[in-house]
Amino acid sequence: MLSLAWVVLIPYLGAALVAGVAHLGRLYSAWAAGLTTLASLALLLPEAPATFAGQTLVQRLPWLPQAGLDLAFRLDGLALLFALLILGIGLLIILYARYYLSERDSMGRFYAYLMLFMGAMLGIVLSENVIQLLVFWELTSLASFLLISYWQHRADARNGARMALAVTGAGGLCLLAGFVLLGEIVGSYELSAILAAGEAIRAHPWYAPTLILILLGVFTKSAQFPFHFWLPHAMAAPTPVSAYLHSATMVKAGVFLLARLFPALSGTWEWSHIVGGAGLATLLVGATIALFKHDLKGLLAYSTVSHLGLITTLFGIGTPLAAVAGVFHIINHATFKAGLFMAAGIIDHECGTRDMRRINGLWKYMPYTGTLAMVAAAAMAGVPLVNGFLSKEMFFAEAVSFATQMRFGWLLPLAVTVAGVFAVAYSVRFIHDVFFNGDPVDLPRTPHEPPRWMKVPVEVLVVLCLLVGIFPALTVQPILSVAAGAVLQAPLPAFDLAIWHSFSPALGMSVVALAGGLAVYAGRRPLFALAERSRGRLDAQRLYHALLNGLFALAGGLTRALDAGSLQRLVLLFVLSAIGLGVVGFLGADTPLRGERALLPVDGVSLLAALGLIAAAAAAVLLHRQRLTALIITGAVGLVVSLIFVKFSAPDLALTQLSVEVVTVILLLLALYFLPQTSPAESSRARRARDGLIALVAGGGTAALAWAVLTRPYESIAGFFLERSLPEGGGRNVVNVILVDFRGFDTLGEITVLALAGIGIYAMLERLALPGPTQDAQGRPWNWDAHPAIMASLTRLLLPLALLTAVFILLRGHNLPGGGFIAGLVTAVALIMQYLANGVAWTHARLPANFHPVIGAGLALALATGLASWAFDHPFLTSTFGHVHWPVVGSIELASAMAFDLGVYLVVVGATLLILVHLGLMHGASHSVPSEAERG
Amino acid sequence: MLSWVIPVAFALVTAAVAMNFWRLIRGPSLPDRILALDTLYVNTIALLVLLGIHLASALYFEAALLIALMGFVGTVALCKYLLRGDIIE
Repeated sequence: MLSLAWVVLIPYLGAALVAGVAHLGRLYSAWAAGLTTLASLALLLPEAPATFAGQTLVQRLPWLPQAGLDLAFRLDGLALLFALLILGIGLLIILYARYYLSERDSMGRFYAYLMLFMGAMLGIVLSENVIQLLVFWELTSLASFLLISYWQHRADARNGARMALAVTGAGGLCLLAGFVLLGEIVGSYELSAILAAGEAIRAHPWYAPTLILILLGVFTKSAQFPFHFWLPHAMAAPTPVSAYLHSATMVKAGVFLLARLFPALSGTWEWSHIVGGAGLATLLVGATIALFKHDLKGLLAYSTVSHLGLITTLFGIGTPLAAVAGVFHIINHATFKAGLFMAAGIIDHECGTRDMRRINGLWKYMPYTGTLAMVAAAAMAGVPLVNGFLSKEMFFAEAVSFATQMRFGWLLPLAVTVAGVFAVAYSVRFIHDVFFNGDPVDLPRTPHEPPRWMKVPVEVLVVLCLLVGIFPALTVQPILSVAAGAVLQAPLPAFDLAIWHSFSPALGMSVVALAGGLAVYAGRRPLFALAERSRGRLDAQRLYHALLNGLFALAGGLTRALDAGSLQRLVLLFVLSAIGLGVVGFLGADTPLRGERALLPVDGVSLLAALGLIAAAAAAVLLHRQRLTALIITGAVGLVVSLIFVKFSAPDLALTQLSVEVVTVILLLLALYFLPQTSPAESSRARRARDGLIALVAGGGTAALAWAVLTRPYESIAGFFLERSLPEGGGRNVVNVILVDFRGFDTLGEITVLALAGIGIYAMLERLALPGPTQDAQGRPWNWDAHPAIMASLTRLLLPLALLTAVFILLRGHNLPGGGFIAGLVTAVALIMQYLANGVAWTHARLPANFHPVIGAGLALALATGLASWAFDHPFLTSTFGHVHWPVVGSIELASAMAFDLGVYLVVVGATLLILVHLGLMHGASHSVPSEAERG
Repeated sequence: MLSWVIPVAFALVTAAVAMNFWRLIRGPSLPDRILALDTLYVNTIALLVLLGIHLASALYFEAALLIALMGFVGTVALCKYLLRGDIIE
């Protein structure tokens, strides 16, 4: 049913499989990759007949139906053509790469990245939803980053990958904005709706920004001028990657999108000028630079840029026939360019260099490869009897017919012919320089024909070039017709795929291009000299680097301006902006500060508690330089705060505050051991006065806000929870029912974070040894007795009592103050006490030292409780409860949320112990602790 | 009898708490302050139990129980710090 989703998904599963079998041997990865691709192809092909019959297949998988989001896949002619190109050429690449990669390269990594990329490309072409398309679009950028930087040890590979990612990633962001606008205009993100709404889109006032944003995405991806510079730098990738990314896939994603959105966006002045203009500029720039590249792959890279410009120009011209030609050239370029890249890879492989000034006269060494390369290069040049000729001829014809419609229109055929001349010239150079032109110069090794199977993929592609070139109607016509039909979303114009039409202007242009190309190549020496002199003058990547450096400088400057490495400064900025925002909120409002609620009478106990709190807090501020003293006084502050919670009927909060308080004290003591015992006075008197003033204003403002809120009648959602806690959550303790039931999903997230924090701290502290002081702050040596016997014996007695308290608090948490979090802290504290009094060695002899399983079990239990409700057809984390009659104890209410609470309990115990014990071990790792035997 | 015993007890314990705070802030030595904090815990327990008796509610006794437990551990940790510096070794 959902075959299309599987077509996309299988390469991703394949990536895992490929990586998994990599350790079995080098070739297993290649086989796994090949079989995965075949499986994906096998799922796609049964759908093809319906597509050839003109149907559009849309399959959807409900994902978030409430938000109107479905995973939707679409198969029409265009999608089928691209999927076949991606999978077919992908197969050839897999075969080729198996011979190309050397012993040192990891096959598993290569093929896993390749599969990731293939899945992303298939996702782009098979998506029905444009947001989903964009996700896959970004995935191709990421996967291509991994592929281009495959040889991570090379700086050029890393830089090329980063540049490709930066350019295409920025374009992807523009594309997202464009798609959002498009979705707002149409009212749907589905292609079916978008393609049918062309009129409305073009008439909409947002049309121009939408078009420009989408085109920015297209142009960056398809390396259109002025974003073309990343493509040649991506040549640092292994050649199979270049052959795949720059023939059939990555860069074709941009032109695919042009074709896909052709019915929705084309046919306006903006479209033809922006798309046609960028395409034409790219065509000319690419073709000209290509001739002067001495690097074999550099030549092919700029030729790719130029051919992408050609395709873009065709879509820019915008007539139905031009769109047909565009699709046709996509097919042709994919076949001959993949073949040429593979041939270049073979030459590089055999010669050890790609410099055409050194590779000469290879005909003597590898005539067979030479023949293959010649046919493919002929297709690139547009020589009759090869496929490139046909689409180029259609291109010339479209350029001529477009020219007759406008003023200065004759410029277009002229420019196109010039580009054709250069295309012929660089194709001739590719063949003549490499295979003839004297003898090789100083090659690292003697070239010979490559292994048999390395040539097979090239042979397949070259045969395709010839078949399409000679028998177009028999071979390419059916797929071209359905693909072009899908692009136009309208009946196809009449077109005739034949080698010979008649004596037309297009034929004349072809002849001029061929003759002119040969002439330019013949007169290349003065041209090369000119190019050498002007090198580096015109370089689009300069702009990129300037932009990037500017961006880094801006970010760095901003960071330095805001964060001078001073915490005081950051706190100052934070407090000042809070004061500013608060004052702005009050300005202009004429509501009085004090609300209309009557004040409650002041009782003696509250007053005393408040005074004690103020006194203790003030003392903590005054004595803060003596750090241990400040810590002791903060303990008193925490105690008074929990008393205030008791006073205002929040026993759960009071219990939590008490448990957290002692854990905090232990944590700070552990850290304080490694820190100076007193803080030096660093600030000047004036600065302290300023800070004091700011603190007064901020504190006063907060008090005023609290006063304003508390003196007004306040309707909270508490009533809702109070009402439903018992009937719906099965518990009388509303706080606990909220935590484990009403907002259980939040709690699940929180304990996950807690577990991650614990494991993160463990990872950072592992094997970290810090030297501790050998004497206390007064210079006295530490006491010799690490674990005084009285303390040790007393705390051992206390352990069962404390654990009993924890169990008690855990069990009754659902109905009375308590719960998993408090019980977890109590247990953790009870166990920590054993570490304090008896030492790590003694405790670990009796208690497992590894807390990770506890954390894992807690998370798994909480998750399983949530998932269990699925088994009863209820949403995630629905809880249930019932009454159980126990002998002696009586009737007890049991809720499934209690199992969840037990999960919370385990995570809290595990994470707290993990953090505290490993902080303690930080010093233990640097000195020897007296063992139990030594202590007797 | 409870009607006058409880206010008197409240007054006496509150006075003790106030003196605890005095010692906590004045010190002068660290053991003074640790002892003041520990005694503060003890007096708080007394306050909570008195409050429970006064309101005829057992709800506050858990808080008192937890203070008894946690306060002890806090004091042990602080003392261990004075003794050895490294509290978990």
